[in-house]
Amino acid sequence: MGGSSGSSPCASCKLLRRRCSKDCIFAPYFPPHDPHKFAIVHKVFGASNISKMLQELPVNQRGDAVSSLVYEANARVRDPVYGCAGTISYLQNQLSQLQLQLAAAQAEVLTMQMHQKPHLAEQESEMSFLMAGDDFNSISHYIAVASNLSATVMEDPLTR
Amino acid sequence: MSSFSRCAACKYLRRKCPQDCILAPYFPSSNPQRFVCVHKIFGASNVTKMLQQVPGHLRAEAAECISYEAIARVQDPVYGCVGIITQLQQQISQIHSEIMKTKGEMIAHHCAHSQHHPPPQPQGDPSWSISLHQQQQDYSQSDEHLLRKY
Repeated sequence: MGGSSGSSPCASCKLLRRRCSKDCIFAPYFPPHDPHKFAIVHKVFGASNISKMLQELPVNQRGDAVSSLVYEANARVRDPVYGCAGTISYLQNQLSQLQLQLAAAQAEVLTMQMHQKPHLAEQESEMSFLMAGDDFNSISHYIAVASNLSATVMEDPLTR
Repeated sequence: MSSFSRCAACKYLRRKCPQDCILAPYFPSSNPQRFVCVHKIFGASNVTKMLQQVPGHLRAEAAECISYEAIARVQDPVYGCVGIITQLQQQISQIHSEIMKTKGEMIAHHCAHSQHHPPPQPQGDPSWSISLHQQQQDYSQSDEHLLRKY
């Protein structure tokens, strides 16, 4: 797949205006028909940094690495301040909110189950209803989870 | 900044740290590892260009995010930040499924409860059947409310 004197140079060598050798490290991942792909990663990371990063990886992982570098470079060009970190922050907030929603919904299901129990207990003895302590404990557990999650939402999403 | 208090960037690059060094506010000498990661992934000149392109009041946040991305890439050389994004998207998708499942349980419980409290049986009076129809409509509207709640 590498370029040679007889075939078209890869997008990297075209942009860098150099000869595209047969073992060019960029050639498999930056074909000549997509010059924008290399242009953007070169702008953000620099060709020599990308070359070093790829050299440190096994060949079978380089394709994925290039894809993720292109993604990050695009994110950084679109949003020069926050880049990919902004996307992560947004998703972490979304996840926290959904966890709260799930805890609330599960607590409501347990509450509904508890309200149904008195109806069934009309046909059973009063003692068996009082013995159904597990549901009370489950509701307390879910309310505690919801309270805990509301505290964690305030954490800095970039803190790792 | 004098040569006795160079920023982490200028220390690493073994150069004098000028008073107006653009990197100095964001790469203090107290945290040299942060600039090492940034330099490895982006390079000093790229980081300088990126910060120059951003308004002054946003440079601290930009430097923070650039550092975060560089550290993520050093820790995961194949996927970097994209690995974290993929993980979060999967977790969100999972939670969505659990919420839908829980909503289904809520509807099922609500329907089961309405079956245990059936509406009064009509005693030959047509007006009772109208009342029954109205109650069934009321229950289905509250089911929609439960679906919309979350």
